[in-house]
Amino acid sequence: MSTPALATQGLHKRFGSLVVAGDINLTIPHGVRYALIGPNGAGKTTLINLITGMARPDAGKIFLGDADITTFKPDVRVKRGLVRTFQINTLFPHLNALEAVTLAVCERRGVAGAWWKPLPAYAAAVEEAYAILETLTLAADCCRLTRELAYGQQRLLEIALALAARPKVLLLDEPAAGVPREESAELFAAIAGLSKDITVLFIEHDMDIVFRFASRIIVMVGGRILVEGTPPEIAADARVREVYLGGDAP
Amino acid sequence: MAVPSSAAFDPKLYLQAQTRWQPIEIAFWLATLLPFLLFPNHLVLASQIAITALFALSLDLILGYAGIVSLGHAAFFGLGAYTAGILSKYGWGEPVVGLVIAPAVAGLAGYASSFIIARFRHLTLIMITMGLGFLLHEAANSAEWLTGGSDGLQGVRIGPLLGLFRFDLYGYTAYAYSLLVLFLVFLATRRLINSPFGLSLRGIRENLTRMPAIGAPSRSHIRKIYTMSAVIAGIAGAMLAHTTSTVSLGVLDFQRSAEVLIILVLGGTGRLYGGLVGAIIFMVARDQFSGIAPQYWYFWIGVLLVTVVMLLPNGVLGGLAQLTARWRGGSS
Repeated sequence: MSTPALATQGLHKRFGSLVVAGDINLTIPHGVRYALIGPNGAGKTTLINLITGMARPDAGKIFLGDADITTFKPDVRVKRGLVRTFQINTLFPHLNALEAVTLAVCERRGVAGAWWKPLPAYAAAVEEAYAILETLTLAADCCRLTRELAYGQQRLLEIALALAARPKVLLLDEPAAGVPREESAELFAAIAGLSKDITVLFIEHDMDIVFRFASRIIVMVGGRILVEGTPPEIAADARVREVYLGGDAP
Repeated sequence: MAVPSSAAFDPKLYLQAQTRWQPIEIAFWLATLLPFLLFPNHLVLASQIAITALFALSLDLILGYAGIVSLGHAAFFGLGAYTAGILSKYGWGEPVVGLVIAPAVAGLAGYASSFIIARFRHLTLIMITMGLGFLLHEAANSAEWLTGGSDGLQGVRIGPLLGLFRFDLYGYTAYAYSLLVLFLVFLATRRLINSPFGLSLRGIRENLTRMPAIGAPSRSHIRKIYTMSAVIAGIAGAMLAHTTSTVSLGVLDFQRSAEVLIILVLGGTGRLYGGLVGAIIFMVARDQFSGIAPQYWYFWIGVLLVTVVMLLPNGVLGGLAQLTARWRGGSS
């Protein structure tokens, strides 16, 4: 068995007396589409914050491939291929979509500190950014300011910014949050269409979407992992039905 | 999936068009030559405006582009002025020499303080920059052996520029010199703003939280631009010493830090020309108002500031940009 794409060992985090992440052990193999589900306050976003370095764990280790990245800064993790998106749009309101994605591409290519040559001189970076916008159907609106884009387009731009970093592991925090149901399926179709080299872990509340797009599911409750398995296993699990699905079949 | 975009769209050409020189820019720079012809008696004022414009431009780089608020930017201006003045006192009075060494000193100080600056935002940053400004002001005040303290630096002797052009009473050399340096630094700044680094700075201003999530080392970007900004402020300070042959504690004053912020806000932040336009408005207004009521001219500056900020929240240039956008929208 090859090394997993992402793994955690005994990850622990508490806010005061509240345990938000208790002894989290994850092993996520390459190329899998993982769904992370659980009721509100289960610690799903906290787990993403811990994995990406935006919060510090009290104990435990995080591995990206073979490397122990527990002490790495968030931007260094991104450079190594561990990339996230945000549940609440975290974009650049007064940059247009092309500029925003070009910025992210320049950061990945290590030319973002270059200040003597104008942006268009970095043709490959600009074209790569435009290609990403094309795959996410944002090309036609790439010259509009981010804050003027429709909400659904802004959600796509969240993903475009992440893709610009060429992720090996992509953590999507409720990518379809606030998007109408019919559009969220489209959005997940775009996610499903991503290269199989990218390992994806997404948080999502809509069970239809979860069971359609995830090949494995992790259920979190109260800061701990309750169970992990394939969609049929999760659907059949009595504990999951009790605490999360409220007894109803998905 | 079909992409609903016109096949003709080329992102590279689009970005190129964004960075192209506009006719209004060329007109602006040509107009800066007018004082030689129209106001030959006001060239001293014109050179002061050019120097203040450069100082405001340096603040725009950190405030307008990277979102770093400073109320202590006079520290670097003053360091530049004192360095140039002290050099001239010990025989290095040729301005170009001062123009190299003074910004280097200001830049070193900027780089050293940038490690603190990069860790904070907003109100904390205002307090820290202000505090550092006070520290430097009092250090210069107490180091009388070096700076002359509150009496000002004695024995400043500025030689002819390049050994050829004397700084005359009418300010011909002074204005030509400060305008040329302003233009050259502006060209470099314009390049910087249109570069990938300039884009990163705007990213920092727009959303500091997102930057690490796209792999951006924001703090190192901030350290870099803060140092560059200090260098430019140092150039402006050195030019003040060169064109006036005096350096006093006023170059490090809190008032100077506050004024340059007012100038930039008046003109419009993050627009490259904001500091320039603001400096023209502010300095000309001060010149006129102090003629009307020498003791109370700050009253009028207050009126000007409140009016502009209330009517044009993005400064004079922001208001103009809005007007042209509306005009274009209406005519097309």
